[in-house]
Amino acid sequence: MTIELIWAIILSFAIFAYVILDGFDLGIGINYPFIKSKWERDLAMNTVAPIWDGNETWLILGGGGLFAAFPLAYSVVLPALYAPLTAMLIGLILRGVAFEFRWKEKNKSNIWDKAFITGSYTATFFQGVALGAFLQGISITGRSYSGSWWEWLSPFSIFTGVALLIGYGLLGSTWLIYKTENRTKRNMQLLAKRFFVLTLLMITVVSLWTPYLNTEYFDKWFSVPRIYYVLPVPILVIFASLKCIQSIYQNKDIQPFLWSIFLFLLSFIGLMISIYPNIVPPSLDIWEAAAPEKSLKFLLVGVLIFIPIIIGYTAFTYWVFRGKTSSDENYH
Amino acid sequence: MLMFDPLILARFQFAFVVSFHIIFPAFTIGLASYLAVLEGLWLWKKDDRYLKLFNYWLKIFAIAFGMGVVSGIVMSYQFGTNWSVFADKTGPILGPLMGYEVLSAFFLEAGFLGIMLFGMNKVGKRLHFTATLLVAFGTFFSAFWILSVNSWMHTPAGYSINDVGQFIPENWFEIIFNPSFPYRLVHMLMAAYLTTAFVVGSVGAYHLLKQNSNICARTMLSMAMWMAAIVAPLQLIAGDMHGLNTLEHQPAKIAAMEGHYETKKGAPLILFGFPNDEKMEVNNAIEIPKLGSIILKHDANAEIKGLKDFPEGETPPAEIIFWSFRIMVGIGMAMIALGLWSFYLRLRNQFYKNTFFQKIVVLMGPAGFVAVIAGWITTEVGRQPFTVYGILKTMDSASPIDAPAITASLLVFIVTYFLVFGAGTYYIFKQFAINPDTDKTHPVKIGSLGVSLKIFNKS
Repeated sequence: MTIELIWAIILSFAIFAYVILDGFDLGIGINYPFIKSKWERDLAMNTVAPIWDGNETWLILGGGGLFAAFPLAYSVVLPALYAPLTAMLIGLILRGVAFEFRWKEKNKSNIWDKAFITGSYTATFFQGVALGAFLQGISITGRSYSGSWWEWLSPFSIFTGVALLIGYGLLGSTWLIYKTENRTKRNMQLLAKRFFVLTLLMITVVSLWTPYLNTEYFDKWFSVPRIYYVLPVPILVIFASLKCIQSIYQNKDIQPFLWSIFLFLLSFIGLMISIYPNIVPPSLDIWEAAAPEKSLKFLLVGVLIFIPIIIGYTAFTYWVFRGKTSSDENYH
Repeated sequence: MLMFDPLILARFQFAFVVSFHIIFPAFTIGLASYLAVLEGLWLWKKDDRYLKLFNYWLKIFAIAFGMGVVSGIVMSYQFGTNWSVFADKTGPILGPLMGYEVLSAFFLEAGFLGIMLFGMNKVGKRLHFTATLLVAFGTFFSAFWILSVNSWMHTPAGYSINDVGQFIPENWFEIIFNPSFPYRLVHMLMAAYLTTAFVVGSVGAYHLLKQNSNICARTMLSMAMWMAAIVAPLQLIAGDMHGLNTLEHQPAKIAAMEGHYETKKGAPLILFGFPNDEKMEVNNAIEIPKLGSIILKHDANAEIKGLKDFPEGETPPAEIIFWSFRIMVGIGMAMIALGLWSFYLRLRNQFYKNTFFQKIVVLMGPAGFVAVIAGWITTEVGRQPFTVYGILKTMDSASPIDAPAITASLLVFIVTYFLVFGAGTYYIFKQFAINPDTDKTHPVKIGSLGVSLKIFNKS
């Protein structure tokens, strides 16, 4: 275990934390068009209002951590994904300010509800596109990106964009199952079932498509003996899927959400299996891209001190705002 | 053509997004501390007017903070998207510092903001006050790290350069506490406090003009003007020290700020004039003899190096920072004057009565923002043509991105920012118009706070 590898794990953790945490926030925006009444929309918003900001901070840690630990990767990936990342940022801006602004408008067709929906869809779709483009591989010459500014656009990246919309939709709807009651909860269960079926479809297609992007991915999954090591991943996906849909039908509160997270975790592990030991496919590996040891060590100290504290008070905040949310909880 | 030069476009984009961004932290750093003071006073003195003010400014804080967060996320991606060579080279040094900012500041602010905004009835007064304090500390830590990063770009220290041209850390203490950092940190924190004070004072004066008996308005105006009377003069001293530090490490910047093209003994202070970088002269200059040398070297006959004696192509444009510097200083002087005036009025027992004074305070509301942006333009444009001063040129820092991509993203940012932050500013002004003493727009039940002994008890 080298310090470079430790950093790759830390970053993976930060990115996964982001995907899950902001995933269900953005998922609320994705479910918003299917939530019609004003008070239910207020309620849905209130379930994440105290925590969305902290959730989004993991994205900054992901970006900042990449800059610190793997500056070379940061400096080739960001130019390569220029357009989708810019679109994602615009989406995050629209969605982020809507949390505050929508309470300032009294009229029924609230423009900030539209901004919330547009922002959530845009940010999610382009995150998915960025992921797909990243998996396809990024052209590097010397120490910089050498492709054109449209290289990210492909049928695969568009597909992963749609897939992420559906995946976050599942996280959002199962989160709302956990946080709401009665009619709202029943409505979310209906939505969750649909998102669940579509998510499974997306996982299957992306899993089968990825190995054909390049032979290296194919060998990582289908060569003997590797196939035996990686086989638990798809098996667990089937198991988690069954548990997830079962818990929705059994009218459980938090289980559908947790099983959805588990499905995301498995997909994420699958992704790691495909990419490792690279940090930027197809050719830049973790060790080539890493910052010098002094940089890695210095920030590692901070990570070891702060991450447990952050997890501690994040958990505390979730605990303070635990259970069902009522629609009148605000300071506005 | 200039407009299609990717470097100019990338610089313009950075200047645009960072100028928008700095407005919000400059305000929220001060406002977070102000909220902590208000809540502390309420808990201590049990006077409801502090709670009213706390709730009033909390709503404004929430809007400003939200805008600061979303515009800040854009910043964390700018380095990579538009300045990837800079990112690759400085990542080993600046990356960890920004990492510490995220870990020690951003999470703290975001983590406790939820409790600060929504938790009053859930966690009890003391814990709520702790959350407010932690958010305020978070804004301070954030300023600490990001100003360290920025200062290192002005006065790089504690590094070496490896064979692929990256800056490599050698001594973290020297990197963090690089020569210009302490001055910049103090100068910026005071600027943030003053910016907030003048906004608070302005809103207070506005409501006082409408209703002279308004106790909340009186409190705001009084607190703000104490801040102005005490901190504005201190800021002058801090700014002067910061300037001397700049003279030591970036003399070309000072020469451009002062409009000194010629090296002179007993250099004058040019009050006004029109610098011309092409001809290297100041037109229509109004000067005070020797004062330039006195201010900069504290010696009437000291020599001040002019821009002509720096290597060609390594000096910043005087045409910009000569002016931005004067705007900042002018506003600073106005703040000091207002602070002194307020003090005089207090002594004469006219403080709440003098409506002319109050009208001036209303007008000074946005002064801090203008000064902050003018100051940042001065120091950042003054660093040109380098990103890392003296070592890495701006033209060698940019991403290999085509001009159309930068133009497109720039236009999208401009449109989004004006719409979104325009709306945010409008909502903030709408809140300002509400009387803090009778603000009924929040359903926070004051009565229920009394029974918050049931700490952690879920409502």
